[in-house]
Amino acid sequence: MYDIIIIGAGPAGLTAAIYARRAAKSTLVIEAKGFGGQIIKTPDIENYPVEQHISGLDFATKLYNQTVALGAEFIFEKATSIKDNGKTKTVVTPKSEYEAKAVIIATGSESRLLGVEGEAEFTGRGVSYCATCDGLFFRNKAVAVVGGGNTALEDALYMADIAEKVYLIHRRDEFRGEETTVSRLKERENVEIIYNSTVTKLIADKRLRGIEVTDKQGNTRELEIRGLFVAVGRIPENKNFGDIIELDASGYAVSSENCLTKTNGVFVAGDNRGKEVRQLVTATADGAVAATQAVRYISNLNI
Amino acid sequence: MAVITGTADNFDTEVLQSDIPVLVDFNADWCGPCQILKPTIEEIAEENKSVKIVSVNIDDEEDLSDEYDVFSIPCLVLFRNGEEAGRSVGLKNKDEILDLIGGN
Repeated sequence: MYDIIIIGAGPAGLTAAIYARRAAKSTLVIEAKGFGGQIIKTPDIENYPVEQHISGLDFATKLYNQTVALGAEFIFEKATSIKDNGKTKTVVTPKSEYEAKAVIIATGSESRLLGVEGEAEFTGRGVSYCATCDGLFFRNKAVAVVGGGNTALEDALYMADIAEKVYLIHRRDEFRGEETTVSRLKERENVEIIYNSTVTKLIADKRLRGIEVTDKQGNTRELEIRGLFVAVGRIPENKNFGDIIELDASGYAVSSENCLTKTNGVFVAGDNRGKEVRQLVTATADGAVAATQAVRYISNLNI
Repeated sequence: MAVITGTADNFDTEVLQSDIPVLVDFNADWCGPCQILKPTIEEIAEENKSVKIVSVNIDDEEDLSDEYDVFSIPCLVLFRNGEEAGRSVGLKNKDEILDLIGGN
């Protein structure tokens, strides 16, 4: 049995591991894919205290090495549920079960899907959820970006420098994202904004060749594109834990400022927690708070 | 086996003409998830004699990634008898990659 199991090896989970190990608690981190979380897709971090500039990969690697040096253990399996046994908790994966006195859920979020037929099949064959990761594949090609928030606007601006033509498709008649980015986009000659419209069909053989766009009146239009960047928001990865923690209407974990949940001994940290500001620094802060609370909880357990 | 560097010149002999299945890892130096995946790929290469691992740098080998419709990395493509037998896009854990190799 471990003292603390942390689910998720992004900045929140790894920071929690540092605090747990420095409190001399045996610590297991269970991660579904690989360490680092969302931040490894970011080329430039310029808003984290102390480092003027660091890449997301370097940040994650340093953080991971720090937790390993402190003695945290890692396994790479997907946690599918948590069982509350009272004074202990069991984390279940497809391969095994792991027991701990306290559990911190730091699973982060994943990209929201568009929900158009063929989307999964053509992910990596033209459909992408990360312009900074995959943008260079579409040098001097036509692409489309879907969404209305800051990510969509910034993706469109980023692609305007790389692609021959960028269609920005938004289902409403105005953007949620920052006005300055919208006006910068409007100045770009190779950007065409298509309002009040949704992507209704992917046209593809072995790779994406185009999309069908439908407006609110039901008029359709075909766009010949090679890349479709989906930026329609993110969903918290809490769906396996809905029985053990309370979720709000959007699926975020309901918790206090102390990262507590409705189940004693289960804590949440990072982007899957309901809060106003989701930044790298708030993720690491959550990790510190959740681990400190978990350590306090264990010391009051008497087992 | 060590990971082999795949190029347009050796792709036919190392991958398409291979007697054993080949897992091709399309990656780039600037791709964070690719770098996180790298140790896992090397571990699988060391531990498995029944599969060959070939690493293709998409910046050096643009024609290869284009030919195999690779538009997102990391991308793992499994070849059996010169034909594509499976594909996985994005960061995966070791078991998922072993499933891709074993399940096809």
